[in-house]
Amino acid sequence: MPSHTISVLVENEFGVLARVAGLFSSRGFNIESLTVNEDPLDPTVSRIVLVTSGDDQILEQINKQLNKLIPVIKVTDFQGVETVDREMVVVRVAVDERTRSELDSIVSAFRGHVIDIGQRSVTVEMTGDADKVKAFIALLKPLGVKEVVRSGKVAMARAVQSRKNHRARAGREEEEVAR
Amino acid sequence: MKKLTGAQIVIESLIAEGVTVVFGHPGGAILPTYDALLDSKIKHVLVRHEQGATHMAEGYARASGRPGVVLVTSGPGATNAVTGIADAYMDSTPIIVISGQVPTTLIGNDAFQEADIVGITRPCTKHNYLVKDVKDLARIFKEAFYVATTGRPGPVLIDLPKDVQQQEHAFKYPDKVEIRGFKPTLKGNPRQIELAVAAIERSDRPLFYVGGGVQWSGAAAELTELARGLGVPVCETLMGLGSLPASDPLCLGMLGMHGSYATNTAVCNTDCLVAVGARFDDRVTGRLSDFAPKANCIIHIDVDPSSISKNVEVDIPIVGDIKLVLKEILAAVRGRESLGARRPAWTRWHQQILQWAKQRPLYANGRRDGQVSPVAVIEQLHKLTGGECVVATDVGQHQMWVAQLFPFERPRSLLTSGGLGTMGYGLPAGIGAKFAAPDRQVVVVSGDGSIQMNLQELGTVAEQRIDIKVLVLNNYFLGMVRQWQERFYNERYSYSAMSVPNFVKIAEAYGIRGFRIEKAEELAPVMKEAFQTPGPVLVDIVIPRDEAVMPMIPPGGAMSEMLFA
Repeated sequence: MPSHTISVLVENEFGVLARVAGLFSSRGFNIESLTVNEDPLDPTVSRIVLVTSGDDQILEQINKQLNKLIPVIKVTDFQGVETVDREMVVVRVAVDERTRSELDSIVSAFRGHVIDIGQRSVTVEMTGDADKVKAFIALLKPLGVKEVVRSGKVAMARAVQSRKNHRARAGREEEEVAR
Repeated sequence: MKKLTGAQIVIESLIAEGVTVVFGHPGGAILPTYDALLDSKIKHVLVRHEQGATHMAEGYARASGRPGVVLVTSGPGATNAVTGIADAYMDSTPIIVISGQVPTTLIGNDAFQEADIVGITRPCTKHNYLVKDVKDLARIFKEAFYVATTGRPGPVLIDLPKDVQQQEHAFKYPDKVEIRGFKPTLKGNPRQIELAVAAIERSDRPLFYVGGGVQWSGAAAELTELARGLGVPVCETLMGLGSLPASDPLCLGMLGMHGSYATNTAVCNTDCLVAVGARFDDRVTGRLSDFAPKANCIIHIDVDPSSISKNVEVDIPIVGDIKLVLKEILAAVRGRESLGARRPAWTRWHQQILQWAKQRPLYANGRRDGQVSPVAVIEQLHKLTGGECVVATDVGQHQMWVAQLFPFERPRSLLTSGGLGTMGYGLPAGIGAKFAAPDRQVVVVSGDGSIQMNLQELGTVAEQRIDIKVLVLNNYFLGMVRQWQERFYNERYSYSAMSVPNFVKIAEAYGIRGFRIEKAEELAPVMKEAFQTPGPVLVDIVIPRDEAVMPMIPPGGAMSEMLFA
């Protein structure tokens, strides 16, 4: 089933994440990725970006059920919307003289950075969309990956939408009435 | 401004909301509030178990339309209330549950009588609050009542730590509520309403399918006007019974698992189904793929968008308050003369349904072996009360007999646990209803299994001398379980037979008059005497154990696959 990204604006108060997560588990919906942060511009709200999967009917229910939670202010479903999305990954890679230059060239090709250096390992960070993160980890693996920490996804609608996607949204307008 | 304690703020907030009665049970963590309650004019009904308090609040809310209020202590007091809270959530019932909590300094320490009741009730409340600061208290009460009663109603819990009840703060009850994330759509979209009216006009066999939402919205009058104005028949869910007077020929009674042949056949043949405040529950629809197979248009009016297209895909959704939307539809219909031309077709359709009803009536007349037929009990109840009483039921066969056979003439008359199916609901709900509608006769119809689940509330009945009549349809079995075992489990009666106490003696031990009926000829005279007896009575009525609720859609079956007696 296809993955979908949903951005949820919530009251920045105690227990809200539990309400959102609890809704997913009690209704049998799936959370593939989750990020939560206080809004830097308005500390009274938090933004939850989550990736879920399901057919149109499930997604519609997820949307409606999220909207039903009292502390949920706004739900933005990125279905049919072109987005920029980013994940971040931090990888500790084993190094010796033999592999050091190869690591450097991979990191620079992916526009990553070295953020920590030890005796036998180097820690690097890289930011990109899910495919890029996946490719980055795959290339580092032969060098000897010791530890990987990967963030959830953050996403935002693109400023300019292509015409094709505008039409896809118009088709869903009727459903919007029910929301 | 004079400072009040948190406990006094609770009481003042309840008074500001117009609360006159609360149902509860004291205990350590809620004692400050109980102390303040003693000085107020609010009536307190002391229950024997906190589950009883929540059902009483539900019964109060269902009978009056106003929120019911529950007051319990922390830990076991709060956890005992959970079943009633879940019941209220499933049946969209506005109740406010105030639970004591251990002092804020002890929260999370596994303190004595501590339970994370906010965590426990998160999935079964519309919203809940933990009050951490006395200065938030009045606002939270204002919000709680607003959330519980606005849009689709539901239960709200306020968890109140003991130290917050003791802290002092100036009291001013807010006039307004501002919740960014809670702005239900109440007015229907005019374009959708226009589409709906046009779809009804195009149809040859339109049918209303109405649920509890009509009652919560107070829209029975509008629904009745619309159905009669158009001449379109109406079927009702368990929670919708009484929306249209049962004596109106357009009223087809209950649909679904134990709906009549005529009603379910109407659903199978309608070409335009108009769902009003109903949620397409599985007990209504049967197998979803075969629900309303000939309906080329389904219209759904509901205040809760998440109910729309959840189980059944809807063609014309209208989100809004039922009463407001029906008023708008009525206005649209009045200005539409072309609708009159449809009347003959719709009358033919209605006649066809009445024909089906004649072909297969619900029950043949009574038993001839001298035993008491449950059908006769319901008929007798109707004779004695004129159909004007409030009936609270438990869950099982007796509940379905009431739903099938008792002709409810007005809304807010049947109090029953529909969604959660909570045995033990009936007696406390009946008690709550009597406080909401002291002038109406309240009757509890229960079974020998169900009544034992909150039997202790006879203590509340006795203490308050609550004038309710309790009928126990006693077949010495968990009858509905037995019925399923008979039909779907090869007559293997796994633990459904039950030894039953002497209910008459139990009633008398509480100081309540008890009667027992064993033979058919005793039914009329003893029921009459019981109903003429002032104050509470209990009537133990022995019915045959093999009596089944029929017809029935087998579990997982389609509406067209009904089984008959």
